[in-house]
Order: sequence, then C-alpha cells, then structure tokens
Amino acid sequence: MNHEGSLKCVCVENSGLCCTRIENLGVRAGDVTILRDVNLHVHCGEFTAIIGPNGAGKTTLLKAILGEVKHTGHLRFVRSTGIAKEKPVIGYVPQNLNLDATSPTSVLDLYAVCRSRSPVWFHIPKRVEQKAKECLARAKADHLLHKRLGALSGGELQRVLLSLALDPVPELLLLDEPVSGIDQNGLELFYDLLSDIRRNYDLSIIMVSHDLDLVARHADRLVLLNGTVLASGAPREVMESESFRKVFMGMR
Amino acid sequence: MVMELWYKLVDLLPFEWAEPGKMLFMKNALLAVLLLAPIFGILGTMIVNRQMAFFSDALGHGAFTGIAIGGLAGFMQPLWSAVIFSVVFSVGISVVHHRTKMSSDTIIGVFSSVAVAAGIFLATAGGKSFARLNSYLVGSILSVTPSEIAVIAIMLVVVIIFWLIFFNRLLFASINDVLARSRGVHTFWLETLFSAAIAVLVTVSMSWIGLLVINSFLVLPAAAARNIARSQKQYHMIAVSISLFSGVIGLIASYYTETASGATIVLISAVIFFATLFIRRLRA
Repeated sequence: MNHEGSLKCVCVENSGLCCTRIENLGVRAGDVTILRDVNLHVHCGEFTAIIGPNGAGKTTLLKAILGEVKHTGHLRFVRSTGIAKEKPVIGYVPQNLNLDATSPTSVLDLYAVCRSRSPVWFHIPKRVEQKAKECLARAKADHLLHKRLGALSGGELQRVLLSLALDPVPELLLLDEPVSGIDQNGLELFYDLLSDIRRNYDLSIIMVSHDLDLVARHADRLVLLNGTVLASGAPREVMESESFRKVFMGMR
Repeated sequence: MVMELWYKLVDLLPFEWAEPGKMLFMKNALLAVLLLAPIFGILGTMIVNRQMAFFSDALGHGAFTGIAIGGLAGFMQPLWSAVIFSVVFSVGISVVHHRTKMSSDTIIGVFSSVAVAAGIFLATAGGKSFARLNSYLVGSILSVTPSEIAVIAIMLVVVIIFWLIFFNRLLFASINDVLARSRGVHTFWLETLFSAAIAVLVTVSMSWIGLLVINSFLVLPAAAARNIARSQKQYHMIAVSISLFSGVIGLIASYYTETASGATIVLISAVIFFATLFIRRLRA
C-alpha cells in the first residue's frame, strides 16, 4: 500500500504506451525539506489525482515537474515509441491568473499571446480567431471568446485554461485545481471533460485536487502526498488506507 | 528640412503662437509632444498590467541620481550618464527582486529613497546649491530642440518595433509567469528588458515632463483606458488617444495659463481618468 510497494505498474519501454516516471524526487527550500523520495509512474491514458493536506507539497511537485523548482532525483518521460526524453510537451493548467478584475484582456487575447506571434495590441488575424474558437470548443468554452478574463466565473476560467493546455496536445497534462471559487456544476463539468480527454487523447494527466468525492469517482489513481507518497493506488484502496484516515481524520 | 515642413503645417493652426515665423519653441514642443505621448501611452499599458506604477516611479528617482552623478563627473550632458545609471538601477531592482523573497513594495521603496538621498547628497556636495536641478523636477517641454525631437522620433520607432516583437510574450508573462515559462517564454529577460526601456524613457524625458509628474503621465492614460477597454487592442488605442489628447491640449492650455506644461498635461489626463471611472460606474 505504501511507498513503492503499490507501484506495480512499471513502465515497460516499447509497450506502446507513453508514460512519466518520477524517481526519488526531493525538493528542499533552504533547510526545510518539502518533498522527499517521491516515486510515481504515470501512464498515458491515466488520470492520476494528487491529494493531501495543506502544505503537503502538492503544488511544489507540479512545479518540480515543470522545472520551476530545483529538485533531486529523476524525471523521465518515455514516449509511445519507447524513446525516453527529458522534456515532454507539457500542458499546464495553473490555479489562477495574476489579473485584477478590470484587466482589459479578452479570452481571445490570452489565446493569441500563447499561440500566435501576431501582436494582439495591433491585430489578431481571422485565422487565429478561428483556431482559438476551435481550441476553446474542446473545453466547451467557445462562447467565451470575446469575454474579458476578469469577467469569467471560476469554472469558465478553468475551462479556458484547460483548452489552452490542450493546444498543442501535450504528452503530460498537469492541473493545479483552485482551492475554491468553482461552483458544484462547474466542477462536475470539468471532471467530465477530463474523463473525455483521457479517453480521446494519448496523454497522462496529473491533477492536484481538493475535491475528494469527485476525485474518487473520476480518477484512475490517487496519490496521497504529505512530504512523500503515503499511499498510492486505486481510489478506493487509497481512501480505505490507514494513512488516508490519519491525514484526513476529522476533515470529512 | 522636416522641421520646415512641420512649421508650415503648424502655421495653418488658428493660434496666435502658430503665426509664421513666431514662437518656434512652441511648435517644437508640439511636435515633441505628438511623438512622446504615444510612447508613454503604449508603455504605460504594460506598467498598469503588471502593477508596477511604484516601480516606474522609482526609476525616475534613479534617473535623478544619474543626473547628479553626471553633473559631479563634469559631463556637459549629464543625460547619458543618467541613462546608463538608471538602466543599471532598474536591472538592479529586478535582480534583487528575483533573488529575494522580500515584497517588491519594500525593495522598490528602499531603492527609490536611497536613490533620491544619494542624488541630493551628490548634487549638494561641496556646498553647491540644489536650485540648478529644479528644471529636472518640474520640467519644460518648451526647451526641446530639433535634434532632441529626432531622438524622440527614434525612440518612438524603437518602442513600436519592440512592442510588435515582444508584446505578446510580455503580456503572457504578466498573466501567469509559470504558465508562460512552461511555453518557453524567458520571462526574466523580457521583464528586465522592459524595465530598462522604461528607465531610458523616464530618464530622457525627465527634463521635458518633470520628475515629479512623469510617472503620472505614464500611468494615467493606461489607467483611464482600462476603465473602458475590453480587449488589449481597445486598451492600446484608447490609452494612446488619451495620451495624445492630454499631451496636446495640456501643452496648448499651458501656453495660455502660463503654467508648467508637464503638470498641465498630467492634470488633463487626470480629469479624463475620473471621467472614465464614472463611465465604468454607469456601465456596471
């Protein structure tokens, strides 16, 4: 159940599946150890949710995978062709944006700064607009094209960011779920979308999540993190584990 | 050549100072404002996006120190030493901000006040009077010369090219720097380059607009445009329009009210800012 014991799924090179391996990953900030001995194997087509208490290092783990924070240990990405590479195409959905609500940045502006070289203050070509629409449609957000980012609801913004993360289609999709600000309907819709994406694309999904009920229903695997991996496996297994009870006792 | 053409054009205006052969300084100033205002309008949009109004204010203080150092070293034109100093100053703030966990507010506050103190210390060293530096504090666009106008025109062209190439990445970095970096944007270098551009603009224009009000001229048009714009394109169009409008009207008004042009320009853009704030209230 705990540590590597449960990691039965070993990446087999040339297995026809792409996968992500995290081996002995550790992160320190000064004298404080944030993460140690983190081992994870994530296969393509799999939706892995990372859960854990506040300060467990969940966001730090995502940042280490992104290369934002220094870490020890190894990250390996093996493509479906069996070729290992250091840097996969990563799609990242951040928790939030640094915008004030009055920012005159439309959803189309955001798409264009991310995916196009045409300066958005000067001119956004029709073909970029068309592509933005197609991209947003994948996350049921195409009707938001001309809305300002600051005027979106939490759920709408999350869908916009998801559609952006899928363009181009990444090998690894990382999501940092907002702690709050998304209504129940928005959450359901978002998890349904993730399930579709997992089925329709050849990619691995790692999501930091705060909604245990939804995660239990939608994720293929749960990873209980608190400084290191305390438990990992099928949602039910993890949620019935001793570590889970210890960490979340009194919370539910 | 170009100036002759410009004078002929201005001669068509129905103002007493616009009569042929009269008040060339006013006509020079008008052309300078027409070229300078779009630069302030354009760069100001990103200053407000990135919430760095306090930072650009500090850059003015750094530029002032540069002028004092240049004066001390005995350069005829302290301007160039000031440009170099304030670019180093802006990069210094960026690096310190990047390396420490202190809030940018604190870091900028420290740098800014140290710069002013050092500037005054150096300028008054040896019992010299501070008065000769007053012109930098209040500024006078009427003193602008045709060769300086050429410098402004070059700055405008450089800023537009810079904006065409780097704007998308700068905006992306301001929206979410981690996301931007995950897409291969080199956020630190871009931000440093942008800060340096602001430093150069503020330093060069300080003697025309005035250190005390120059930051408002950067921030106000963009802040006003933000109240009504719904996309980056509208934001830029409106900010540059407001900047041009207040620049030109402020300059002409200052002729009749016999006030400092920089301050008059800023007051006009302030009026526009409050008007747009009111419009936003009405819409909401």
